[in-house]
Amino acid sequence: MINQSLKQLSQMLANKEVSSVEMTQTFLDRILKYNPDINAYITQDKDKSLAQAKAADDSIAAGTATPLTGIPIAQKDIFCAKGWRTTCGSKMLETFIAPYDANVITQFNNAGSVNLGKTNMDEFAMGSSNETSYFGGVNNPWDLERVPGGSSGGSAVAVAARLCAAATGTDTGGSIRQPAALCGFTGLKPTYGLVSRYGMIAFASSLDQAGPMAKSAEDCAMMMNVMAGFDERDSTSLNHPKEDYTSRLNQPLAGLKVGLPKEYFAEGLDAGVAKVIDEAIAEYKKLGAEFVDISLPNASLSIPVYYVLAPAEASTNLSRYDGVRYGHRAAEYDDLMGMYMKSRAEGFGDEVKRRILIGTYVLSAGYYDAYYLKAQQIRRLIAQDFTEAYKKCDIIMGPTVPSTAFKIGEKTDDPVAMYLQDIYTIAANLAGLPGISIPAGFSNGLPVGLQIIGNYFDEARMLNAGHAYQQVTDWHTAMPKGIA
Amino acid sequence: MALTIPDIKRIAHLARIEIDDSAADKTLNKLAGILTLIEEMQAVDTTGITPMSHSQDVVQRLREDVVTATNQREVFQENAPAVDSGLYLVPKVIE
Repeated sequence: MINQSLKQLSQMLANKEVSSVEMTQTFLDRILKYNPDINAYITQDKDKSLAQAKAADDSIAAGTATPLTGIPIAQKDIFCAKGWRTTCGSKMLETFIAPYDANVITQFNNAGSVNLGKTNMDEFAMGSSNETSYFGGVNNPWDLERVPGGSSGGSAVAVAARLCAAATGTDTGGSIRQPAALCGFTGLKPTYGLVSRYGMIAFASSLDQAGPMAKSAEDCAMMMNVMAGFDERDSTSLNHPKEDYTSRLNQPLAGLKVGLPKEYFAEGLDAGVAKVIDEAIAEYKKLGAEFVDISLPNASLSIPVYYVLAPAEASTNLSRYDGVRYGHRAAEYDDLMGMYMKSRAEGFGDEVKRRILIGTYVLSAGYYDAYYLKAQQIRRLIAQDFTEAYKKCDIIMGPTVPSTAFKIGEKTDDPVAMYLQDIYTIAANLAGLPGISIPAGFSNGLPVGLQIIGNYFDEARMLNAGHAYQQVTDWHTAMPKGIA
Repeated sequence: MALTIPDIKRIAHLARIEIDDSAADKTLNKLAGILTLIEEMQAVDTTGITPMSHSQDVVQRLREDVVTATNQREVFQENAPAVDSGLYLVPKVIE
């Protein structure tokens, strides 16, 4: 059952071959068995999960089921879920019980899906390896000594090790796509504004976007049908008409124009990864896609721009953690200022503090124009590069990450080296464009991801491109050894 | 520009994060690398470029000025470190 697609699982439930309670129990048993090795889940509540499964079975029996009714989903611990502990991977929120549902959670509840638990993540989604989590690192099931990527590392290994049918993630600079690449599955960051951020704990509000993490493009399409949609409670939510993301999955790719940005194949790309990407491109040529060389001349500025904008927005967003209304409060302090300063010093980890300090610095008196404003201007240049590129092509292809999963601890002392993990993913966040990572093969036994960046609202075409490739390749069905 | 330990302490104070001398020293080294990275931006001529905050250039939506949220004080206060009689407790700030 664990390797079945969402469509197959949905059919099994509809045909009464299995109940949602049985399906949920299967995954709960697997979590019990494998989670101690990989630390994918921070919080579980079996009673709540099984109650949702029972309700789903009733709905299926009553004939009111939707495609994801009864399907067990892992939720990144960044989404508030009413009555569930919601930590965002931080000591600051170690005891926080969400008093309401994020829009994403509401959508899955309305669809009748089962919440299997809250998954591990880098603290406040700040990291590319899941090593900044207060609840401990997550191990890549392809090699337990390596990182799963981040920040959605728990959701990533829950999908890769089949500890859920599918999962949610969020992507501010690559946090869905980079772990999807490093763990060998399909992860989609939608167009900014397509999925509501309501109830999703904020990191960098102008970049944060939720999306699906699943075994295939088809599964991601089914997840998107639940997740996407206008929400007036998110001021940046876009009033885009509802789409059926599965409708174009089976279109032929003949004539699809694919742009290859020369900057994504330049120095810094691992040779083993480059070889896998070249083979994927060859496969797409067989499917009828046509390739054209393009350039994203400002791509190299993505990381500097991101490390101004994201920390600036984070320092603002995280100012709400003051130890007054919720979150950690220090045990001892002399006065109100001392309470703020000690509570925040104790509640935040090192990487979060670093980013708050960078953000505070670039926004401080006298520096705003030189940093924040400048970064917002270059952000437009980066977005304009894509606008120019899409005059020549329908989608853009390249590697998701320059290399494969690295060893735990390898980059923890060097923030800048860690940041370079996201060199190919950040530009899509800055431009607000959708991006997807698809498993394309292996280098030295570790998964490699192919990234497709689409134009605004072109998720259906990207999923079509992913699905067509997954019909003629089987990289997306590969399972890590030791996880059966 | 090069940051100094007093700079780090000033920024940490603005951010309301307590930091001691040894932590400030370690932080200085890490932040220096990040600021060097950020400085790459300064080589770009951005004269006349409009800053971009949302890819779709959307405008803020307006809504009717009516009450939409219900009072959930008790639920919200269950997460508070210290409350009394429906109030959030903090150290005394007025003599």
